[in-house]
Amino acid sequence: MSKITINNKDVDLSGVDPNTPLLWALRDTLGLVGTKFGCGIAQCGACTVLMNGQAIRSCQARIGQIKDANITTIEGLADDEGKLTPLQQAWIDHDVPQCGYCQAGQIMSATALLNKNANPSKDDIDAAMSGNICRCGTYTRIVAAIESAAAQSNGGDAS
Amino acid sequence: MVFNDPLQAINPAGMGSAEVSRREFIRLAGLGGSLVVALSVIPGRVSALAPKNDRSAALNTYVEIASDGQITILAPNPEVGQGVKTSLPMIVAEELDANWNDVVIENAPIDAERFGRQFAGGSTAIPMRWDELRTMGAIARHVLLQAAGQQLNVPIEQLSTQYSIITHAPSGRSVSYGDVAQQAAKLALPKPENVPLKTPDQYRLLGKRITGFDNHAIVTGQPLFGIDTVVPDMLYATYVKCPQIGGKAVSANLEELKKRPGVRHAFIMDGTVDIAYFNPGGVDMYSGVAIVADSTWQALDARQYLKVEWDTSKASTDSWSALVEQANAIADAAGAVEVEHKGNVVKALNSSSTRRRSQYTYGYISHAQMEPQNCVAAWNSNGTIEVWAPTQTPQSAVASLAQVLGIEENKITLHQIRAGGGFGRRLDNDYVREAALISREVNAPVKLQWTREDDMSYDCFRPGGFYALEAGLDSKGKLLAWDNHSIAVSADGKKPNSSAGHWKTDFPGQMLKHFRHTQTLLISKTPTGPLRAPVSNTYAFAEQSFLHELSDAVGRDHVEFLVDALGEPKWIDKGNIRSLNTTRAIEVIRAVAKRAGWGKKMPQDRALGLAFYFSHAGHIAEIADVSVDTSKKVTVHKMWVVADIGPIVNLSGAENQCEGSVIDGIGVMMSQSITMTNGRIDQQNFHQYPLLRVNKRPEIDVHFVKSDYTPTGIGEPALPPVAPAICNAIYTINGERIREMPLSNLGYSI
Repeated sequence: MSKITINNKDVDLSGVDPNTPLLWALRDTLGLVGTKFGCGIAQCGACTVLMNGQAIRSCQARIGQIKDANITTIEGLADDEGKLTPLQQAWIDHDVPQCGYCQAGQIMSATALLNKNANPSKDDIDAAMSGNICRCGTYTRIVAAIESAAAQSNGGDAS
Repeated sequence: MVFNDPLQAINPAGMGSAEVSRREFIRLAGLGGSLVVALSVIPGRVSALAPKNDRSAALNTYVEIASDGQITILAPNPEVGQGVKTSLPMIVAEELDANWNDVVIENAPIDAERFGRQFAGGSTAIPMRWDELRTMGAIARHVLLQAAGQQLNVPIEQLSTQYSIITHAPSGRSVSYGDVAQQAAKLALPKPENVPLKTPDQYRLLGKRITGFDNHAIVTGQPLFGIDTVVPDMLYATYVKCPQIGGKAVSANLEELKKRPGVRHAFIMDGTVDIAYFNPGGVDMYSGVAIVADSTWQALDARQYLKVEWDTSKASTDSWSALVEQANAIADAAGAVEVEHKGNVVKALNSSSTRRRSQYTYGYISHAQMEPQNCVAAWNSNGTIEVWAPTQTPQSAVASLAQVLGIEENKITLHQIRAGGGFGRRLDNDYVREAALISREVNAPVKLQWTREDDMSYDCFRPGGFYALEAGLDSKGKLLAWDNHSIAVSADGKKPNSSAGHWKTDFPGQMLKHFRHTQTLLISKTPTGPLRAPVSNTYAFAEQSFLHELSDAVGRDHVEFLVDALGEPKWIDKGNIRSLNTTRAIEVIRAVAKRAGWGKKMPQDRALGLAFYFSHAGHIAEIADVSVDTSKKVTVHKMWVVADIGPIVNLSGAENQCEGSVIDGIGVMMSQSITMTNGRIDQQNFHQYPLLRVNKRPEIDVHFVKSDYTPTGIGEPALPPVAPAICNAIYTINGERIREMPLSNLGYSI
């Protein structure tokens, strides 16, 4: 098996069946339970993680097929001192969650969006976030938090 | 093995888990309707949520203050996304005059003696706890004042509190709550009636927007939910039930399964019934096959190789299309049973100037909470069990487990854990029973994990059904008589299934001289249960759409017609917030009309639609700004929500619930439908059961009218008006009266 890096740490999954979806390896083997199981068929986005910067559904990625990948999960966003990303902070400031279960996936999809598009339009946000279901219906706040985090980053760039 | 510490239990076995010491609570305080005297100092209290404190003092059942000023407040009711883990402690903190930044919230243990009824349902947590929690905060503040008075040697009348600080204005001295907590804990608690409560104008915290206490843990992915629970030596289980609801497992290739990687056990469980109906404290359990493995994936992987012989002789043979046919055949007549009748409806209808009759149809739907059902149960060979259950009814879960396991309730330790959505699905404890029985069978801690397909197939569904409504109006277009024939599903033909049919409502029966409700039952075995605003979420669609039909039939403005139908100012059962108050109703209708610009000229193919509904003690009016094109594609541009739910506890949380209700309501009405064919549920996952996506969201304007009535919860009452408001707008645009949900059945899309 090739090397997998998760949240900047090399991990050893050699003892795990290569057919295991990354989702369950994260949750059951590595104890990274922030990534959530919602549907198992890439319909809801609750299991979204970043693979080499791209948002992927970890329920569909078998660990045996992951080659030399750098995976980031929700646990890996804040820095070593626990400082949140502007997006995470915006999520708290806008009090986005209700039940909170889908929010890790939402934040990972939004992180991938902002990484490649620092100033997304509403249409860009809709397109990037339409794979993530929020059953509680927090979409208004999700969009507001993304816009707020983007505005903060752009303000920083401009100064 | 026993795991007493839920905080320890939910720390993941692998990376990044902080060491947590076992907590030693010696709380003598109890609460059984009255407040308690006994207090206790808690030495060496250590919490995963808090820095270490040398000393900490419990001031009453809910409040504990450490010498460094940290204030721990217990959240008594389950958090399922409705926000009570934050809002209930806010009520305590307000009367305590606590600095919210000092507050740490912990889930209360399950203990009826100390915390009364602990459940999440019916939007009741806020009204049930309102007086109790305000009093708890005020009592804690009072003993702190007394202790400060002793320390400063001044009368407490000269002391004031703000943000966890007690100030003696004449001398300019002040002490913090942490400074005097130890002393306060030694004082006798005052009688509640001797402690004044604040008036709303004195509130510093209530009514403000406060971010959810768990939000930091949520955005950093910390273990928090039922599914995140890990206990030592835990095995992972899946439980496979018959695709045809109620089929029994006769035999299975168990030996073959046990050879699959990681599989430790595979066995048949007989269940206790053929079909498990909604019964949170009961013992109903389906037959099925349990597969227990070293990981979730190994259990799920082995499941793909499972072959079962099912006995379906007593299984459901339900078919939604057959129910629709039966209902359509009888909807024109009155129902078989008269549930309620005043005046003479038939005569009044016959003498009406205008008369309308319409049949409304609504399908079954699934709760589809995002976290699929799961539960960790750890059976001990000494006959005790410890359970971590994301349930809305933890006390019923304990009662249920006692029966199904045949042990005393005091042998059961159940921890309440945040649930990834409830919506009524977690009122029942079927999955908790399954986990407990599997754990006992394998004599090891087990995490039972349902798949999404399990969840959608074995829901307690929102029942489908039918309302045939008829009304008569006089020559001035005033409502005279109302007749409702509800056609409801029933397993036994004697009473409606859970949440099916129609409940008695104040409107319009209380306003009219002639009112009748008749009912016909259709046999259906598919299990049903409460789903967010049960009954209201379908009856509002029919009632409020039909009222618009009537106003249109007599050529009256919808707002004026609705206000007129509500009649004179009247609180139906004065003093009972769960009865309709027409003054409050009319105020929210007028307010939403004003905010939305009711009557303004709208662009082509675009219109406003109005609905009002009273449920769960909430008076809510909503207006939808909608457009529809010729291909029946619907766009909801904006929704205005105006609510009177009494004083607002957490403004952000209350707004969030209203916003979510709008999104939920649109998703359900447009395209969510559970159908069954020969007892099998046709929809299995989100590709067949579409939830609303972010790109379909409307702009949402939420407004709460200022109100001094006892507050109610807002998890439910903003949902019912959503569908009729949108359908009424659609009628205004294209003249098509929507009488069926979901609208996708009629060719509409969003």
